[in-house]
Amino acid sequence: MERLQFSYPARQSVARRVHVGVVGSGDLEVLLEPSADGQAHVSINTSVEGFAAVWQHVLDRFFGRFDGAAVIEINDSGATPGVVLLRLEQAVEALRE
Amino acid sequence: MSAPRRSSFIELSARERAAALLDAGSCRELLGPFARLKSPWLPLQGIVAQADDGVVLSRGRIGGESAVVAAIEGAYQGGSIGEVSGSKIAAALELALRDCERGRPVRPVLVLETGGVRLQEANLGLAAIAEIHAAIVALRRHVPVVGVVAGLVGCFGGMALAAALCSRLIVTRQARLGMNGPEVIEQEAGIAELDAMDGADVWGLMGGEQRYATGLADVLVEDDVEVIAAQVRDACSAAPLPRTEQVDEFRRRLAGIDPQRPPSPRALRALWARERQP
Repeated sequence: MERLQFSYPARQSVARRVHVGVVGSGDLEVLLEPSADGQAHVSINTSVEGFAAVWQHVLDRFFGRFDGAAVIEINDSGATPGVVLLRLEQAVEALRE
Repeated sequence: MSAPRRSSFIELSARERAAALLDAGSCRELLGPFARLKSPWLPLQGIVAQADDGVVLSRGRIGGESAVVAAIEGAYQGGSIGEVSGSKIAAALELALRDCERGRPVRPVLVLETGGVRLQEANLGLAAIAEIHAAIVALRRHVPVVGVVAGLVGCFGGMALAAALCSRLIVTRQARLGMNGPEVIEQEAGIAELDAMDGADVWGLMGGEQRYATGLADVLVEDDVEVIAAQVRDACSAAPLPRTEQVDEFRRRLAGIDPQRPPSPRALRALWARERQP
């Protein structure tokens, strides 16, 4: 298991908190809530070690399109980068519902 | 001609299952993921913890009456019961019991999708399961405790005992219910006893249809959200004599079996047929 932390600049506030996903094999859960300091912070607990660079790429791509000031917790059970991005986008979609 | 539209209950997550059983618009989750009541033990063993420890508790109404649903997420750690997840279920049942004792009935529903105790939490999980058992027995004197085993995991180990204690147990054909799961039986007793890969054998032994046909489950349903929700509503208003109080009947049934020559699933159905039950 590995713990990773990332921060990104943000421009918009996030109105509420959302939860999507499940920590099942090849899947992950995302807890997204408003951030107090106007930045985005991501903390990741992942079952797979040694993929910090891949997480960085996935989050760079996600925050290229999402500029919300959110605290995001990811609990991951070996999801592929594609699944991670889909879950993050699902969380953003749930935010807008 | 188009078939009537069905929507699968099995394919829903625990959170969706709990909401689906409660009257529309009445569902309110207790101790949800943002409460972050996680297992303190799994990360110490290098396992990623889920924010709700795999149990969803939702209050709401069923058929207009106050209800609480505890739904286990089978996709997380096989729905296993740890200290936190087990305590969440036990506490929900104990609070429902307290309300019942004060003359405010709360209908409890358990959505069981679990391999039983979480081995990484061993005795703490077992202690929580014992609390769940005690709470079911105390609660069913006031209101029917309804269990649902839908599939894909099934319901095993100490939580199979919890299922057996329920006033009313609803299963699908996809459900499996047993003390030991098929892999455990194969590993402990050998492949000649049971081939865990042989679906027909596994379901013949412990599948929902077999458990219903031999009187160990009360209702056999299609995997359909509306059908299962309707059965839960009906089950809440009916209170049959719990199986675990039919001691003489089950002694009689066991006496009819020679363990040296165990009956085939088909023979067991004839031996323990539903029609013969009181």
